[in-house]
Amino acid sequence: MNYLKETIDSLNKQLASGELSAEKLTTDTVANIKATDKQLNAWITVYDAAKPAADLDFAKNRLAGIPIAIKDNIVIDGMRTTAASHILDNFVPVYDATVITKLRAAQATFVGKTNMDEFAMGSSTEHSYFGATHNPWNLDKVPGGSSGGSAAAVASGQVVAALGSDTGGSIRQPAAFNGIFGIKPTYGRVSRWGLIAFGSSLDQIGVMSKRVRDSAEVLNVISGYDEHDSTVSEKAVPDFTEFLDQDVKGLRVAVPREYMSDSVDAGVRTAVEHEIDVLRQAGAIINEVSLPHTKYVVPTYYIIASSEASSNLQRFDGIRYGYRAKDAKNLLDVYVKSRSEGFGEEVKRRIMLGSFTLSAGSYDAFFRQAAKVRTLICDDFDQIFADNDVILGPTTTTTAFGIGEEISDPLKMYNNDILTISANLAGLPAASVPAGLTGGMPVGLQIMAKRFDEGNVFKVADFIERQNKFYEAKPAGMED
Amino acid sequence: MNFKSTIGFEVHFELKTKSKIFSPSPVTYGAKPNTETNVIDWGYPGVLPSVNREVYRLGIMVALATNSHVLPVTHFDRKNYYYPDSPKAYQITQFLQPLARDGYIEVEVHGKKNRIGIHEMHIEEDAGKNTHGTNGFSYVDLNRQGVPLLEVVSEPDIANPEEGYAYLEKLRQIVQFTGASDVKMEEGSMRVDTNISIRPVGQKALGTKVEMKNLNSFEHVRLSLAYEEKRQRQVLLSGGRVQLSTRRFDEATGKTVLERVKEGDADYRYFPEPDIPPYHIKDAWVKEIAASLPKSAADRFADYTGKFGLKPYDANVLLQTKESSDFFDAAVAAGADPQLAANWMNTQVNGYLNDNRTSLAEIALTPAHLAEMITLIKDGTISSKIAKKVFAETVTKGTSPKAFVEAKGLVQLSDMSVLTPMVKAVVDANPQSVVDFKNGKDRAIGYLVGQIMKQTHGKANPVAVNRLLNEELQNR
Repeated sequence: MNYLKETIDSLNKQLASGELSAEKLTTDTVANIKATDKQLNAWITVYDAAKPAADLDFAKNRLAGIPIAIKDNIVIDGMRTTAASHILDNFVPVYDATVITKLRAAQATFVGKTNMDEFAMGSSTEHSYFGATHNPWNLDKVPGGSSGGSAAAVASGQVVAALGSDTGGSIRQPAAFNGIFGIKPTYGRVSRWGLIAFGSSLDQIGVMSKRVRDSAEVLNVISGYDEHDSTVSEKAVPDFTEFLDQDVKGLRVAVPREYMSDSVDAGVRTAVEHEIDVLRQAGAIINEVSLPHTKYVVPTYYIIASSEASSNLQRFDGIRYGYRAKDAKNLLDVYVKSRSEGFGEEVKRRIMLGSFTLSAGSYDAFFRQAAKVRTLICDDFDQIFADNDVILGPTTTTTAFGIGEEISDPLKMYNNDILTISANLAGLPAASVPAGLTGGMPVGLQIMAKRFDEGNVFKVADFIERQNKFYEAKPAGMED
Repeated sequence: MNFKSTIGFEVHFELKTKSKIFSPSPVTYGAKPNTETNVIDWGYPGVLPSVNREVYRLGIMVALATNSHVLPVTHFDRKNYYYPDSPKAYQITQFLQPLARDGYIEVEVHGKKNRIGIHEMHIEEDAGKNTHGTNGFSYVDLNRQGVPLLEVVSEPDIANPEEGYAYLEKLRQIVQFTGASDVKMEEGSMRVDTNISIRPVGQKALGTKVEMKNLNSFEHVRLSLAYEEKRQRQVLLSGGRVQLSTRRFDEATGKTVLERVKEGDADYRYFPEPDIPPYHIKDAWVKEIAASLPKSAADRFADYTGKFGLKPYDANVLLQTKESSDFFDAAVAAGADPQLAANWMNTQVNGYLNDNRTSLAEIALTPAHLAEMITLIKDGTISSKIAKKVFAETVTKGTSPKAFVEAKGLVQLSDMSVLTPMVKAVVDANPQSVVDFKNGKDRAIGYLVGQIMKQTHGKANPVAVNRLLNEELQNR
C-alpha cells in the first residue's frame, strides 16, 4: 500500500468501516517498503513479522493499526536499534522509548526503523553505516539529514507519518528537501527517554508527515510529562488539531533579514517570499526584524552539540553492548580499537572536536563562550517574540544537494544548518512546511514560535498547506 | 628546622536511601552482583537520570548539622573518564554549584577546642566495583553504581594527626545522628581520603601534598598521617623534594607506600549535566528540614549529664551510636529510670550485642521491654538477679518482662508474714550461727540468707531477709 494520497483520517475511516483490515494494511505496507526501498534505502530494518496491536479501538485511538516509521535512534524493546552505526549494528534494546510506549498505547503499528546519519550527526543521511538514502524527488540528491530516512519514507508514500529527531535541524531540513511537513516541538515537550543522545540540551523528537494535520495527531500522542526525563515540562498538552483550519488575520509575523540574505539561493527566497505574500494578503502583519547573533549560531551550535556528544558517546566502549574489536589485548585496546573501528569518520570528527572544546585548556575559550552566546541568541528571540507571534524564513539556504557533493567538505555541510539550529539553541518549536518547488526540487518554509507555542506553528503551516496544496504534487524521482 | 602540617579530608558518605540517586534500583548492602541494577545503571543507550529527591533532603540534613550554607540553586556536572566500573564513562557529580558550602565543626583535642572548616559538600553517584578473577577475567558488579554519595570536603585547617582523628570522629557522629548515613567504614558507607603537606614554620606557600585514599579506619588515618609527617620532614631535611603523589597505608609495616606519582591534574572535562535541570532549593524546605532534624549528639550529651545526671563516661557510651542513644531515649520515654536504663544499656545490653555479634535492630528486646523490666526492679517486684533471667528471656524471645515474671512466679517474696516465720525457723535450726554472729562474724548472716534463698528458690527479697535476720539475731 502506498500512502501518497492517504492521511491518518482517511486510513482511520477505512479501518473503522472494515473496508481495510489492519493486518492487510501492515503486510501491504511492508511489501511496498521492500519494493520501493531498493531505490531509496530509507530503512535500516524492516520488520517482516510486523503485526498490528491486538483489540484495535478505531474510535478511541486515531492511530490504531496505522504504521508509523521510527528513526533508528529511538529504542524499541526487542527490535534492533543501531543509530546507523557499526558500533550498535547488533544492538537489541531491552526497553521502549517513552514515545514508543505512548504510540503502543495508541495502538500504532511499528514496521521498522529508518535510515539516518550515524548518531544523527549529519545533514544528508550519507553518514550512515547502512549506506546513503536517496531523495524521492531526485534519486541523485540527498534527502537531507539526519532524519533523511524518515523524510524519504513519508515523501515516497511508504508511510503516512514518521518520527524523527532534531538536534540542529534534523527534522526540518529533510522535511524541506523532501517536500513534506516536519515539526521539532519545544525542547521539553516530548520525552527523550529512549532517544539515543547526541546533544542532550538540543535533542528533541518530532514528527514528519505529508499533511500538517497528521503531524498534529501524532504529536498529540507523543507529547507530555514523563517521570523518566527531568527536562520534560509538566505543562498541559493542548490538542494541536485545534489550531488547524484557522485564519491568520492579525497574526504578527517576523521575518529576520538575516534569513533572507544573499547567502540564501534566489529560488528558495522567491518561493518563501511568495508564501509570506500569501500570508500578508490574508491579513497577517509582516514585520522585518533582525537576529543579530545569527552569524555566531553555527560555531556556537557545533561547540555545544559536539561537547555534549563527546560525553554522550563515551558509553560506547565495547564493554557491555555493541561492537567490540576482536583482537583487543588489554582494556585500553578494547576502548581504542572498538571505538576506532565502530564509529564512522563524521562521528569521530565531532567526538574529537567536543573533547577538545571541553578540555581544561579550551573550556573557557570555547564551551563557556558558546554557552554565553547561546544566552544572547535566546535574548534575540525573546525580544522578537515580545511583538510577534511567529518567525518565518526559509528552512534551508538551498534545495537538496547532490549525493557526494558536500561530504568531503564538513564546514560547508555544517553551514547548511545555519537557519535551523537557532531553534534548538533557544529550545523553540519550529517546523518546515512545503513552499513549492524551485528547479524541480522542494523548498521549505520555516515557522518558529515561542516555547510551548506549537499552536501558532501548526496554525501557520496548516494555512500555507491549504493555500498551496503542495501535498498534491508527486515526487518526481521515483520509478513507477 | 620546625615544620607545620596542613591536613585536609575528603570524606564520602553513602546516603541512606531506599533506591539509587538516578534510578529506581534498590540499594541493599551485600546483594548478589548485578541484581540491583537496571538500564540506567548499565548506561544503556537512550537512558536518562532522574534525581531521587530524598538525596537532597539527606544532604541538606548534613549541611545543616555542620553549620554549612545550603546553596539556593544547585546543579550537577559530568566528570568524564573511562573505566569498566563507570558504564556511562562519566560520573554525575557537582562541581560548580555544590549542595552546600562554608560550614564548620568543632573538635576537641587534649581539652583544646578548635573549629575545622568545611569547604563544601556535594552529591554524586558511586561507581560500580571491579574485581579481577584468577581465571584471567575481570568482573564488574554494578550494584554500587548509582548509590548516592555525599562528599564532605574539609578546609585544610587540620594541624596534626590527632586533630584529624578528632575531626573524623566528630564528623562521623554528626552525620550519624542526622540519620542520613550508616557511617560504617567496614561496609563502605563512610570512606576517608586524606591529604597532607608540610612546610617550614614561617613559610607561606603550602608544601606539595600527598594523598592517601580509602583508609580502613580512623586509627589507620592517624598512623598514616603521623608517618607522612615524619617521612616528608626527612625528605625535606635531606634536601629532597616531596612528590605530588598518592600513597597507601601498609598495615603490616605501619608505613605509607608510594602508589602513583601525579603528573599534573587529570582532565575530567567537567561540564554542566544537560539531562538534569538546575534544582532550586527553597528556603522554606531547608527550614522544614532543620525543624525535623534529629537531636544532635551534643544536645543529647547535655541532656544525659544534666537532666538525667549520668556520668559523662556513661553518656558517651550511650552516644556511640544513634541506635543506642535512640533506644535509651525511647526506654526513658516509656518510663524507665534513666540511671538504671543507662546501666543496663551499657552493661547487659551491650554485652549481649557483642557476644552475639548482633545489633539493637535485630534483637527481640524493645525499649518498652527495657522500661518495663526496670520498673519491676525499681518497685521491688523483682531482684536484679531475677532481672538477668528476665532479660535473657526477653532479649531472645521478645516476651513481655511482666508477663514472664508472672507466668514463672518470679515475683520477689517481700511478704513479712511469710518471711518472718521462715527467718525464725532458719535461726532455730542453726544455733552455731547465732554464736558466730555474736562473735562478730558477718559471714554468719550470709550463710543464713543463702539458706532462705534456697528455700524460696531465689525469690525472697534479699533486702527484707537481711533486715529480718539482723533483727532476729540481735534479739537472741
